[in-house]
Amino acid sequence: MKKISIPLLLIAGLISSQAHAKLNVFACEPEWGSMLQELAGDKITIDVGTTALQDVHQIEAKPSLIAKVRRANLIVCTGADLEVGWLPMLIRQSGNASIASGPGNFMAANQIITLEKPTQVDRANGDVHPMGNPHFQMDPYRLLTIAKALAARLATLDSSNAAIYQQNFSSFSTRWNAAIKRWDVKAAPLKGQKIIVQHNSWIYLNKWLGLQQIGTLESKPGVPPSSAHLAGMVNIAKTEHPFAIIRAAYQDPKASNWLAERTDVPAIALPFTVGGDAQAKDLFGLFDSTIDKLLGAAK
Amino acid sequence: MLCYHVTLLNHYSGVTMKKTLLFLSIMATLSGTVQADQQADQARIAALEARIKALETNAELLQAQAAQATAAAEQARVAIEELKTMQMDNTAATATATEPTDVVVEVPVETVAVQTESNANAFNPAISIILNGSYQYHSLNPEDYYVAGFASIEGTGPETQGFSLGESEITFSSNIDDKFYGQVTLSFSDEEAGVEEAYIDTTKLPNGFTLRAGRFYSDIGYLNSRHAHTDYFFDRPDAYQSFLANQYGDDGVQIKWVAPTDLYIELGAELFAGTNFPAQGRANNGIGAQTVFAHFGGDVGINNSWLAGVSLLNADSIDGEDGFTGNSKLYIADATWKWAPQGNFKDGGFLLQAEYIFDDRNGEYTNADTPIFSEPWNGNTSGAYIQGVYRFNKQWETGYRFDQLWADKEGPYASDYNPYRNSVMVSWHNSEFSLFRLQYSLDQPNETETDNAIYLQYITSLGAHGAHQF
Repeated sequence: MKKISIPLLLIAGLISSQAHAKLNVFACEPEWGSMLQELAGDKITIDVGTTALQDVHQIEAKPSLIAKVRRANLIVCTGADLEVGWLPMLIRQSGNASIASGPGNFMAANQIITLEKPTQVDRANGDVHPMGNPHFQMDPYRLLTIAKALAARLATLDSSNAAIYQQNFSSFSTRWNAAIKRWDVKAAPLKGQKIIVQHNSWIYLNKWLGLQQIGTLESKPGVPPSSAHLAGMVNIAKTEHPFAIIRAAYQDPKASNWLAERTDVPAIALPFTVGGDAQAKDLFGLFDSTIDKLLGAAK
Repeated sequence: MLCYHVTLLNHYSGVTMKKTLLFLSIMATLSGTVQADQQADQARIAALEARIKALETNAELLQAQAAQATAAAEQARVAIEELKTMQMDNTAATATATEPTDVVVEVPVETVAVQTESNANAFNPAISIILNGSYQYHSLNPEDYYVAGFASIEGTGPETQGFSLGESEITFSSNIDDKFYGQVTLSFSDEEAGVEEAYIDTTKLPNGFTLRAGRFYSDIGYLNSRHAHTDYFFDRPDAYQSFLANQYGDDGVQIKWVAPTDLYIELGAELFAGTNFPAQGRANNGIGAQTVFAHFGGDVGINNSWLAGVSLLNADSIDGEDGFTGNSKLYIADATWKWAPQGNFKDGGFLLQAEYIFDDRNGEYTNADTPIFSEPWNGNTSGAYIQGVYRFNKQWETGYRFDQLWADKEGPYASDYNPYRNSVMVSWHNSEFSLFRLQYSLDQPNETETDNAIYLQYITSLGAHGAHQF
């Protein structure tokens, strides 16, 4: 049986080596899928590995993902160890050398500077990210920096469409800058307002909009909160009067709702990434929806 | 001027009058010179005053300039601080710090990757440590335990009663260079330490091929390649214990290929030395075992994922632990189904998993006590397990497993009885890195005896973040 199988493997390998007409791009998270859509449209084939309703910390290296990574000419992921539990395994299991390193491997975190790099890396503090907070998709400026780098990367890998990627980036950049102006004006009333968050994944949004985060329900990332900590949150909410308790669409609403019931502070789910709610159909919708929902709660 | 007056006076006047005249004249000249001097001084003072005033204004100007400079410096400092906190791309930040509304943000192409430390430690491999300990109670003395129809293989069956350090292990892994990846796992059980796995993988072969060489667990079946600390139950299923001595690993080479298709298809083959059960004695000039395997998988909607496989382990044995010399073929079929809302299995869901192993052997049996005599051993045995695990939330899960073995009615271990076992467990996870498990097993290993077993176990993982294997 083994004597037959090896030639079979080789034949199968030869079949697969036929050149791809279009670039196959695997995006680990929906925000990068949407960015690729903006930059490349139908010039590439996009596979998005996860949805807005999944916890990207906890994805498993399931067979369908291995198959997708196997076909990719480029993977676009957050990096900064967000996908540490599954992406290295996908890369190794897929046996796809072109995305393991080099130009086929695009990590958004490497294009920007992350915040909250811990000075002390200790699991006693929960599932901390030694390379800084990786939830930077909620910062429109960082997204623009990443988009520019991604457009350049697409051009490197697919030089025949390089001009189109550059043109698409220019168009995206213009529309994005205009949108930032609009969001800045619209979100001005939020400046200095207080919020409580479920997981510490909003610091980039807070920085941008000037929101003041006064507490985190999940006191240590990846570890469910203790009842003493939750009781403390009730006190903080009652004395400091935040306008909302914020969680991402994928997160279990239990803890937020529990606090909301005891404090009259509304709990709201923000999309967190593209596809997190009906309005967040693309990157523009993501920020429109986020700001609308915050303003709605702040009234 | 004074000199000139005195000379004149001396020249025109007599000697007697000299003194008075001299006095008067001195007085006169003096008064005259004093007046003149006063005027000059006033002019000088005025000039000085003017200069001082000029200097004063100058100083004020300088002060103002200095203040402006300080203010500007302060502004710059604030801007830098802002930059630091925003830690954004340079140009983008300046644009936002000064004129957020009018400047179109310019971003440089592919900004430099974040600098990392470069010291010797930076190249240390990832280190992951599994600490595992247990307490177990067995109603049946483990020394009297035997499974009807099957040989007792070292390391299988119930261990000693009471507390024990389970299999703790340390794994080091890293890319070796641009073409190879290496991993070594050292294990520490009650009395021995050993190299569980030590292998290198290629990372740069084209078209989805990977080669592996070294000591490693075979990729046959579902559980075989997985380390025991990732299992849902305290011990391996009976079929794995009886047919694979828990897990078949050996020294050898492997080739694997993943198809570039929507459906996950992985095909592979392995050659092994044949030093571990069920392939013992380094038969075939040290290539005592060969395998082929195929795994398939995919998703059904967003909530369901599956994995299935078929494998063959062709093992040649010389004086095996079970007294077997000859060839055995182990056929394995495995299937795994996971259901979880939105695919978030860590937050809750259901896993159904089963494997079936069929052993077909041709050779002879030699009893270790009477090595001169041997008898033919041709026959079939088989085993299977099915397990279901329900995960309530991030912290709690419970599961049930049914084990069944089918003995051969003829041959050296002939039995009419087919052993089986029922197990239930409940686990509590504090985080992704620690779990405590309680398991109860009702084991019927032979016709006459029953073992009621209770296991209490902890498994923790330190160091590098482990992989979330499906």
